[in-house]
Amino acid sequence: MLANQIGYYSLILGLLLSVLLCGVSIKDLNSSNKQINQNVLSLSFLQLVFVIVSFLSLILSFINSDFSNETVFNNSHTTKPLFYKISGTWGNHEGSLLLWLLVLTLFIFLFLIKSREQPKKYRILTLLFQQIIIIGFFLFVLMTSNPFNYLFPIPTEGLGLNPILQDPALAIHPPILYLGYVGTSIIFSSSLAAVTQNYVSKKWGKHIKKWVLVSWIFLTIGIMLGSIWAYYELGWGGFWFWDPVENVSLMPWLILTALLHCIIVLERRAALTSWVVILSITTFTLSMCGTFLVRSGILNSVHTFANDPARGIFILIFLFILIVLSLGIFFLFHKESNKNSSNFLWLSRETSILINNWFMMYFLSVVLIGTVYPIFLDVISSEKISVGPPFYHKLIVPFLIPFLFFMSLGPRLKWIKSKIENKNSLIITFIISIMLTFFIVQNLTNDLLFYTILVSSAFFLFFTTLKELFIKKINNISQTVAHFGFSLLILSILFNSILSSEIITNIKIGEKYTYNKSEIFFKNIKERKESNFNSIIAYFEIKDENGKTVELKPEIRIYNQPVIITSEADIKTTLLEDKFLVMNLVKGKEYFNIRYQVKPFMIWIWISVLLLSLGGLMSLFKKKYEK
Amino acid sequence: MYGKKVKLRFVFLGLILASVILIVFLILQSLKENVVYFQSPSEIKSLIELDKKKIRVGGMVKEQSVFINSNEVNFIITDFKNEVNVIYSGAVPNLFAEGKGVVAEGFLKDKNYFLATKILAKHDENYMPPEVKEAIGGN
Repeated sequence: MLANQIGYYSLILGLLLSVLLCGVSIKDLNSSNKQINQNVLSLSFLQLVFVIVSFLSLILSFINSDFSNETVFNNSHTTKPLFYKISGTWGNHEGSLLLWLLVLTLFIFLFLIKSREQPKKYRILTLLFQQIIIIGFFLFVLMTSNPFNYLFPIPTEGLGLNPILQDPALAIHPPILYLGYVGTSIIFSSSLAAVTQNYVSKKWGKHIKKWVLVSWIFLTIGIMLGSIWAYYELGWGGFWFWDPVENVSLMPWLILTALLHCIIVLERRAALTSWVVILSITTFTLSMCGTFLVRSGILNSVHTFANDPARGIFILIFLFILIVLSLGIFFLFHKESNKNSSNFLWLSRETSILINNWFMMYFLSVVLIGTVYPIFLDVISSEKISVGPPFYHKLIVPFLIPFLFFMSLGPRLKWIKSKIENKNSLIITFIISIMLTFFIVQNLTNDLLFYTILVSSAFFLFFTTLKELFIKKINNISQTVAHFGFSLLILSILFNSILSSEIITNIKIGEKYTYNKSEIFFKNIKERKESNFNSIIAYFEIKDENGKTVELKPEIRIYNQPVIITSEADIKTTLLEDKFLVMNLVKGKEYFNIRYQVKPFMIWIWISVLLLSLGGLMSLFKKKYEK
Repeated sequence: MYGKKVKLRFVFLGLILASVILIVFLILQSLKENVVYFQSPSEIKSLIELDKKKIRVGGMVKEQSVFINSNEVNFIITDFKNEVNVIYSGAVPNLFAEGKGVVAEGFLKDKNYFLATKILAKHDENYMPPEVKEAIGGN
């Protein structure tokens, strides 16, 4: 009860502080002091404290199962384990918006204390722009999705959290993803501030690159966690489904990646200023669009907690205001400096980074159109369609070939003007890649030519970066690690998709299912009771072509609050392959529907994504940029 | 007439324009090929010509209509006006049950039989795809 009130009033205080902060900082903007008024910093800190208090009190309500709070009532239950009571705080619409606010205020505070050597006006303007976003979200939370609504009479039991969200990976997925997703807000605010101050320069590039990296790293890991969760919890046996909700997180990632690259050009050569600003603005706009699509109930997914048109309209209006504001500022204030643009040569690092950007924009437009087109068509003609994986595969996979190729060559080019060095060793590497690929691929697929080219371009990147890591004197290790991670990612995904095999069948207890020398034997089932679910555990013995047997124990859980049946896949992971078995009840308990998959190199997909983010992390902590 | 630099810029602009057009064309083309339309059982009944393309059918799983053997699941999708028989061999999602909403993806054999290649998983017991809601005409 008390926690509820504390949470609510600290939210209101936080909003009032926003207004106060705007006032104080506008006053400070015109003062002649060199440094920011200490009050501004203190107020910003106080605002962060209020949001943290509000967030903690919501967590407390969840821990205490305080069902006088509507959010707790809708999303929690007394029998739920403590860990999921806590993670339930952000496993719903209201709580996750509070998390948004928390990240927004946290980032602006960190920005203020980390940017002391930047010009004062720029810092204050960044704060102001960020406060506009923060006020918008305060209003959004308080008006349409208050996490502290009262319920009276107080219910004795809550409705429970959707069981598929009760999972360790998904418990930490939202906070991590949000750090990346909402973290882009600071890039948005500071780029607008930099434009108004005509400060889009080398110095700014160097300073904002850190923030781009932070967002990028968290977003990368956040997406990976969601993907791992989908892999073992949804039981579809894949890790990426081109589901609109996945796409919505991928789009800011693509833009951030593009930004990450072209900000290096800004940092080193003070070129591409408009492009950097446009990308910075787009990143956050896309994050907001994603929030709008997911939270308005237009897209249906596990992330759509409740359909409330008021929320959709609010975000849409807010989004519109932000876009108009940012475009207005961009066109009014931005001046392209022409100092350096003249000595931009074809064969140079700059061009290769531009090529990267072009590819990123292409991938982005494919994903964007695939996601938005069905919604658009529904609105104008009420025809219901869906765009499936073939669309994305067809448009993205072939373009990976030149993309990987440029990625192998680009980093070896020098700034301004360059020649390709060590042509011979590159050619040798390329030939080795092709031969190796041909050797591996020849018996695996019927589309030999295409796969040979595709896989060998991935191998080419793999070997060139590998060589750089071990043999050559390393001049930019973070970039090499990240690119190496990317080549490993593409290779693992390709081999995973080429070599995966799948068996789906309906089977009774005690039955054997045989196919090409392999055998699936359904031994028996056991039942088990937990506090919040009953489960049926099945014991399977699977013998593969080599005569090796593994035992897999997939599970069906029948949760009591709410009553939902979920399947828990059993996965045996080795370095070479994952064996994946999931089962479902169909009708009665006679037949079980099972899906058995052998998925090679699954673990390497996760490892390579980690390598990719490690590259980002190394770049973040690099002391000095080597020549 | 123009300087070398200006010419180069024109070439560059031309290249950009051409590649943008190419990209838009590519995307639209493969959209046309890879889009899956959604139809209700009643819409299927009123089809004049059978479509060879992959479609989605949605509605409710009729009570007492699920039959299962070792390699197939058969059931009936109804929108309470018309019905379609579905023949399916593949993985069945958790929340597939009689009397619940369902979306099946696959090909029409004729107006009464549908060969499904995929049954879509739902996350929530109360959730009904908007297409299904519309198809059965309720709210």
